Amino acid sequence: MEQTNKELPLEYQTHQDRMTILAFWIFLGAEIALFSTLFATYLVLEHRTAGMFSAKQLFEAPKVMMMTFLLLTSSFTCGVAIWYMRRNNAKQLIGWMLVTLLLGAGFLYMEIAEFTHYVHEGATIQTSAFLSSFFVLTGTHGAHVTLGICWALSILYQVMKNGITTTTARKVFIIGLYWHFLDVVWIFLFTLVYVKGMVG
Amino acid sequence: MKFQWDTFFVTGEPMILGAQISLLFGAIAMVVGLTYFKKWKWLWTEWITTVDHKKIGTMYILCAVLMLFRGGVDALLMRIQLTLPNLHFLDEHHYDEIFTTHGTIMILFMAMPFLMGLINLVVPLQIGARDVAFPYLNAISFWLFFIGMGLFNISFIIGGSPDAGWTMYFPLAGTEFTPGPGQNYYAIALQIAGIGTLATGINFLVTIFKMRAPGMKLMDIPMFSWSVIAMSLIIVAAFPVLTIALALMTFDRLFGAHFFTMASGGMPMLWSNLFWIWGHPEVYIVVLPAFGIFSEIISTFSRKRLFGYGSMVLSMLAIALMSYLTWAHHFFTMGAGPAVNSFFSISTMAISIPTGIKIFNWLATMYKGKISFTTPMLWAVGFIPNFIVGGATGVLLAMASADYQYHNSYYLVAHFHHVLIAGVVFACFGGLHFWYPKMFGHILNETLGKWTFWIFVIGFNICFYPMYFLGLKGMTRRMVTYQADLGWTGLNEVATVGAFLMGVAFLILCYNIYYSARKGERDTTGDPWDGRTLEWATSTPVPHYNFAKLPNVQGVDEWARMKKNGENLKITEEEVKEIHMPNNTGKAFIISCFFFVAGFGLVFEWYWMAILGGIGIACGLLLRSLEKDEGYHVSVEEIKRTEGLSRGDEHGTNK
Amino acid sequence: MKKKRKWWKPLSLLPISALMLLAGCEKDGVLNPKGPAAQNQYDLIVWSTTLMAIFILVMFIIFTVIVVKYREKPGMENYEPPDHHGNKWLEILWTLIPVIIVIVLTVPTVKSVYKLEEPAKKDVKPIVVHVTSANWKWIFSYPELGIETVNYLAIPEDTPIQLKMTSAGPMNSFWVPELGGQKYTMSGMNTQLYLQADQPGDYLGRSANFSGVGFTDMTFSVEAKTQAKFDEWVKKVNEHEKPLTKKQYDIILKPGHVGRMTFTGTHLQWVDHAKQNAHSSHMDMNMEEHE
Repeated sequence: MEQTNKELPLEYQTHQDRMTILAFWIFLGAEIALFSTLFATYLVLEHRTAGMFSAKQLFEAPKVMMMTFLLLTSSFTCGVAIWYMRRNNAKQLIGWMLVTLLLGAGFLYMEIAEFTHYVHEGATIQTSAFLSSFFVLTGTHGAHVTLGICWALSILYQVMKNGITTTTARKVFIIGLYWHFLDVVWIFLFTLVYVKGMVG
Repeated sequence: MKFQWDTFFVTGEPMILGAQISLLFGAIAMVVGLTYFKKWKWLWTEWITTVDHKKIGTMYILCAVLMLFRGGVDALLMRIQLTLPNLHFLDEHHYDEIFTTHGTIMILFMAMPFLMGLINLVVPLQIGARDVAFPYLNAISFWLFFIGMGLFNISFIIGGSPDAGWTMYFPLAGTEFTPGPGQNYYAIALQIAGIGTLATGINFLVTIFKMRAPGMKLMDIPMFSWSVIAMSLIIVAAFPVLTIALALMTFDRLFGAHFFTMASGGMPMLWSNLFWIWGHPEVYIVVLPAFGIFSEIISTFSRKRLFGYGSMVLSMLAIALMSYLTWAHHFFTMGAGPAVNSFFSISTMAISIPTGIKIFNWLATMYKGKISFTTPMLWAVGFIPNFIVGGATGVLLAMASADYQYHNSYYLVAHFHHVLIAGVVFACFGGLHFWYPKMFGHILNETLGKWTFWIFVIGFNICFYPMYFLGLKGMTRRMVTYQADLGWTGLNEVATVGAFLMGVAFLILCYNIYYSARKGERDTTGDPWDGRTLEWATSTPVPHYNFAKLPNVQGVDEWARMKKNGENLKITEEEVKEIHMPNNTGKAFIISCFFFVAGFGLVFEWYWMAILGGIGIACGLLLRSLEKDEGYHVSVEEIKRTEGLSRGDEHGTNK
Repeated sequence: MKKKRKWWKPLSLLPISALMLLAGCEKDGVLNPKGPAAQNQYDLIVWSTTLMAIFILVMFIIFTVIVVKYREKPGMENYEPPDHHGNKWLEILWTLIPVIIVIVLTVPTVKSVYKLEEPAKKDVKPIVVHVTSANWKWIFSYPELGIETVNYLAIPEDTPIQLKMTSAGPMNSFWVPELGGQKYTMSGMNTQLYLQADQPGDYLGRSANFSGVGFTDMTFSVEAKTQAKFDEWVKKVNEHEKPLTKKQYDIILKPGHVGRMTFTGTHLQWVDHAKQNAHSSHMDMNMEEHE
């Protein structure tokens, strides 16, 4: 089944790589189901604050906007990295991916700071159903971002060592898909958790 | 927390002590045996590091049969306790643990792996492929299941088993009412095994979509493989819901969160919803491959192609989709209101429509066929009337206002056992008999097989029919005993007799396996049943690369068509080419062991252990990612040797 | 080859069915309706079971005929089964049959589901009883009468009882099969059930949702009395029974079994478990309160 098609982008050229990419799309489908469940849980428990902190009291618009800017920009730089990959430019690929990861790290830094701030105020995961679901929903997204950064670093190391091959191209492509997916999830988070909480 | 040996190890129960001792002796015996017969290397190279779907399938089935024994013993213990009123054979707490583990084991550690085993064995062969799309991931799936199974099963000797029912309703399942490791075992073990299942779903979807033999269009795929597509679609959409539900449960129990608690805004009803949004599709995850197995068996032993191929495909996809729209029928009595209950009544009854279509199509397949009642066919034919009854009571239960009386009574218990046993267990037994010669090269004894079938089916009906009536009389599920003046004794006595008959049948099956291994009829043709699909075109034993020569498929039931036209898959010397195969790897097993360490740590809230396990998992994943493993090529000489094993005669060659 | 007597299969169920029917013939529980709700459900159950039984019988006959007629017999070696792919009209037929059955069952179901949400008698003022399940006992509070009982529920015949149900602990389910179907009791919220007894009698009730080790013995009795006897009971309770104290109530709430108890006053003066889960939200969990 080793049908190699040289007309396709590098990551699609071997049959095994095409299958891996398909598998990852299906996995993203499962991730949609996963995050949907978390969102549904949050929306059900959103107002159950046990008389304690509510969304309106906690969320701060400027910080959230900054986090959104960081993450959305990182998705763009990730796209640039893939663009360079298609032009076989390993150096630029690695460079732009590192920018992406840096922006992602910035996002994480702000999110961790946000969580620590809430905890210092006394709003913890143990305080109310609202807070439990808030922390688990946004925390799951944050954990995915963290995992993504570690995963991407290992892939960048492989690109440095082996150059852009069908295998490394496929790996970079997939982490790109993953990163964009997390961006989309953030858009939903931003809207249904933060904006809804601050305005609704 | 001070470590206390007598709460860590379950003490004070003679039966459990007996189990602890036998398990210890069994483990020692295995170690001694492996050492004495110098089989450690064999175990490692042939089984623990394998990525061969056929071997993985065999391991799944072995575990499933072991779990059938464990779950069955749970059942017999319960039936003994309930035979007569006011018995104290088991105390309440022990009884609660037993019905919890019985349900969880039978569905998640018996039915799922049994089917996964058959799927692993058969699907790549049926579609003319040499392996699954992701052999390493396949191994991970198995070992994660194995570890989840192991973790769940040690609970009754270490720490105490979960005891809030397999449905784990809150707040009972929360730490306010049931603190301790018990429910944690459930949350963690199922989480680990669930990752494996999700991976299998993805693996088989890609395998069937992308690795079919040349010429095989989607509508030429054997019905069992189609059922696996439908099943995998459900897995991908439903298992993540369970993942979250279990994660939230873990957060509540371990980290003091308030998802399902009674206070601070928690909502116990949320658990019920999340659990059943997964739970109802789950039963279709097990029943659809069962339907696929029946389709194969019925058409093979009616000597006739499956009637209504298109409808059979559509109906399974419809069932897969509709299974998501019915979950609230598990709690009609939770006060959702008449509009919601009416909607779910209708959506639940509606699932009987595609299911009914399938039954009619099976009957039409047998119509004007040439039916031979081999053991697999007995299981498939026995399924039809039994499942019709079980399904009919399902329709009755779907009527919400009637369900206000049926809910959580023995009527419900009778219904779900009726459909699950007649649907899934019959399929597992039938599939086992059917594909046994492909796995092991000998056929299970027909006479013993028939005895197994009849005793099991008769016992099964004797056990569960009385339960419909017990439910109507007011007996609820999970009752540890009952008063003598209720008039429930007679029916309970009958049910216990039936249960023991099923136990006897299981023993006959085990004896059959042993007997046939030694004296059973050997099959060297690779096609003992005159099968219709490509798995029967391989020789027995199946070479590890499955097919030396891939077929050029022209339609449904390709092997039947080939035989009719005198074609075969015999390969000539010139045609032999190198075959690329994946390497064995120990990483899947080792990563799974770290999952066990992490899981065990979480169960007992020993976070240092959980973190250690987590680090191990991360290292394993990283090492695998950095590994350059291109597989290996099976040499032309080796293929020639395997294929030309008995050049010139019927045995051992690909046909 | 030995003739396979497959037609035995469905018949083998006959003796069992007979035995079951005989056993089930002592009509009790669900099959012994003693109130309008139970009667409604009984009618639906009997009707639907009969319909499905006919369907099952027809299917069994088709099955038996096919399995017997088309089995491989000696002399059939050369018989080549036809290569049927399918049949559009048959598929349509056997899609429509289940659709019709579903429609036929849906209509009375939906009617019944809506009917059971309301009291059986509209012209009589319902008696309001607050039901609280706690591990492992049932507490019944009559706020309008100033009475609280544990593990028994006294009611007058022919009068709708409006049960407002909640739980002080895990989920339970209030089930009196002879009077009608069950409903769950859940902490932090109210569920509502209307029941009514046609005639005086004692009816056994139990919890139908597993709630821990003491769940099996969590039974209670519903004692329906004539109006006169009920009024007499109310009077007697008010005259002779001690008032419920908070300390007493806390003892009752402790996990365990207590026997029958009767008090004047109710625990609602201190706590309503339906309102206990404080979450400052407009979604206060008072489900199904149709005043």
